[in-house]
Amino acid sequence: MSIMKDSREATMIGRRTDGSTVRRPLSPHLQVYDMLQMTSALSISARITGVAWTVGVVLMVWWLLAAAAGPSAFDTVQWFLGSFIGVIVLMGVIGAAWFHTLAGIRHLAWDMGWGYDIPTTYKTGRAVLIGTAVLTVLTWLILLISW
Amino acid sequence: MSHSVSGQPPSQPSMQSPLGRVRGRGSAKSGHHHWFAQRVTSIALLPLTIWFVFSLASSAGMTYAEALVWIGTPFNAVLLLALIGLTFYHTMLGLQVIIEDYTNSDTVKFALVLGVRAVCWLLALASALAVLRIAV
Repeated sequence: MSIMKDSREATMIGRRTDGSTVRRPLSPHLQVYDMLQMTSALSISARITGVAWTVGVVLMVWWLLAAAAGPSAFDTVQWFLGSFIGVIVLMGVIGAAWFHTLAGIRHLAWDMGWGYDIPTTYKTGRAVLIGTAVLTVLTWLILLISW
Repeated sequence: MSHSVSGQPPSQPSMQSPLGRVRGRGSAKSGHHHWFAQRVTSIALLPLTIWFVFSLASSAGMTYAEALVWIGTPFNAVLLLALIGLTFYHTMLGLQVIIEDYTNSDTVKFALVLGVRAVCWLLALASALAVLRIAV
């Protein structure tokens, strides 16, 4: 208690009625939640897919820089995207991107005050999951047809 | 200031703890801007992302020459520049929130947020340069 390690610790000092200091308890955290609930599972997935999308963004940067650099650099990136690992990464990124997009629309609706009740939350949650599957499959159909 | 320096008890009871008062920290008055910018960029990215994903998916396996033509078309180049700027702004804001949520140490937090900002800026500038080099 004597030395503060960080600002978070500093906010946890409390005093007992006799004046002695005490480390204040934290409110219940992750352990009290059932992480398989639609609400919490989709919530953390929105964040995870946002981070996963950054991988796709890096691929976009690589693709653009390679195109500007010249034919051999471009061939390398096209080869990677068509390789086994490249296809796996692309599949993941496209799925993550659609999920994050649809979950983002759901968040914008919440921001405007719509859809907070439990039945609607579950309905929009299922819509996000089904929409992600449909759009991911659709994107891959278009991709494979044009390849 | 809700507390006078004359030693008088505050006229209005404050929710602030004595420690909080001593540390003198509070809202930096930019939290709303961060939150709102996250939403505005997400709305702008919605059509741009749909355009980008379906454009590239429908022209997979482009040759080098075809890619140059596609990127160099003014319509595509402008949308690509918008996509790049907004994507990296949105990414920067999002990653900052995640870092702030999960790191305890102020030093680590500060270093990571600055690091993310540096990488986002550099990647955004590099990709914008690539588009401009092809299009102009």
